[in-house]
Amino acid sequence: MAKVIIKLENDISTDDIYPGRFMATVLPSETPQFAFFDRTEFNAQLKAKAFPAGSIIVGGENFGCGSSREQACSTLKGHEVAVVARSISRIFLQNAINLGLQVVLCPGIEASEGDDLEITATQVLNRATGQAYDLVQLPAARKGIMDAGGLIPYTRARLMAKG
Amino acid sequence: MGMTVVEKILARAAGLPAVKVGDVVEPQVDLAMSHENAALVINQFQEVFQGTGIEPKVWDPSRIAIIFDHRVPAESPKTATNHKKIRGFVAANGITKFHDVRGDVGGICHQILPEYGYVRPGFVVVGTDSHTTSHGALGAFSFGIGATEMASAWSLGIAVNIEVPATIKVVVEGDFPPMVGPKDLILHLIGKLTAQGANYKVLEFHGGTIRRMSTSGRIAICNMSVEAGATSGIVPGDEETVRYLREEAGVTDAVPCVTPDADATYVQTVEIDVSHLEPQIACPHMVDNVKPIGQVLGTKVQQIVIGSCTNGRLDDLADAAAILRGKKVAQGTRMLVFPASSKIFAKALDLGYIHDFMKAGAVVMNSGCGPCLGVHEGALGDHEVALSTTNRNFKGRMGNPTGEVYLCSPVVAAASAITGVITDPRKG
Repeated sequence: MAKVIIKLENDISTDDIYPGRFMATVLPSETPQFAFFDRTEFNAQLKAKAFPAGSIIVGGENFGCGSSREQACSTLKGHEVAVVARSISRIFLQNAINLGLQVVLCPGIEASEGDDLEITATQVLNRATGQAYDLVQLPAARKGIMDAGGLIPYTRARLMAKG
Repeated sequence: MGMTVVEKILARAAGLPAVKVGDVVEPQVDLAMSHENAALVINQFQEVFQGTGIEPKVWDPSRIAIIFDHRVPAESPKTATNHKKIRGFVAANGITKFHDVRGDVGGICHQILPEYGYVRPGFVVVGTDSHTTSHGALGAFSFGIGATEMASAWSLGIAVNIEVPATIKVVVEGDFPPMVGPKDLILHLIGKLTAQGANYKVLEFHGGTIRRMSTSGRIAICNMSVEAGATSGIVPGDEETVRYLREEAGVTDAVPCVTPDADATYVQTVEIDVSHLEPQIACPHMVDNVKPIGQVLGTKVQQIVIGSCTNGRLDDLADAAAILRGKKVAQGTRMLVFPASSKIFAKALDLGYIHDFMKAGAVVMNSGCGPCLGVHEGALGDHEVALSTTNRNFKGRMGNPTGEVYLCSPVVAAASAITGVITDPRKG
């Protein structure tokens, strides 16, 4: 079980998650400082490590729309947060799976800041409201990557197999 | 059963007789494009090889393109050092399709790829930039990926585990009214579909309007297909595609085109008649917040931007220059022009457009992405408003979270530069 640390609106863009002006910073060890940079208070809380690992960001529809910048995923992974959203844009979802950022597709999710959520294999349970919401399985095509722990180990294994 | 263009391309690239929506395939990559984020791709690429005992070499240096455009010339020591690192990698791996910070062959990646004939109909193109959808304009299946996925493509030469996407057929008919064009069409379509209306799908463009449209216009509509969430936009290759590649990109070898089967299956068909389309404006802070110009006329604007991979080509500059010729940019408004490539810049110089812009008071900048994504020149002041021919207006996009960005066509931007407020070019 983990707490919702922020509830966001629809169409959260990668510019919101990781503003373009910080794109010259690429190292996963350095990107976390710029997470949601223009949401000053939230950024400060993240940087101060105010939330335990596994804490949840709840998004609406089309979370992560916009740019292909992978920093938008590495910045969140660096804070060890999970994303539960009604829908997620294609490139963001692929980047999340490739990097091993925990993302959950839950089309009906209703949750507020402070709610406790429990994520099972098939549902998201909101302990604060007692409601349960079905989740959508991540693309089966990407299962091999998830099982390998990300695209780098997956590609490495494919490369070794190729010889 | 018949196949769409993208299904045919994926079947060919994956070595299969046919594919259908939902199949998982691993197509060979014909072209893999990156810009400055190659710095991150290189890190991930080297990590892939760690502990394998295999020497880290890219699968095919002739199929990799790297173009510096996001921060050129470098705005910081950090960027300059990234540039330096990439140059070293390019040399060590023998990558030939490399466009450095140069005034002769430099430019924005999505202009360089078509301009140099790097993209052909039927290609599978991946790029570490969401606007890689642009290259569908030449009949390729072209889509954006992240840096780690590119590292995987550099290592294996394939796009791993791609799910064959469903296709939306967009049929466009009618002649554009004066001062209305491809940018208005794509903004109108995004407004209609919404920002996620084409998520995980392909937009395949058809109809007389598309057939008559120049490759420049097709690039603009495919470029912005991603703003409706599309994996890619695509115009099946035709006579115009061949003409462009021969006459403008200097391609001399055969250019076979891939066309969809008549009985291909589409998940949805959208029909648009452009004969009465008005100039369209995408209002802050979402690209699908699209309104006909009449609803926002008179909005005061501090910065006008003409350029980018969306609307920085020669026809865009010609249209804007024709409006600004002999006029002045309004006091209290500044205007920035950045051509999509150095070649376009040089042609615009020869044709006098650059002179027109400068005499009007516009600042003409080198080719690059800078102002569009707020990383390099052209940032907005607090609560300032920009009217721009670029492709995104998300909060903070032009470098300031309190700024507002409206998106429009080059003629709307030019007409509005003269008045300092959003102005209908049909009445200017």
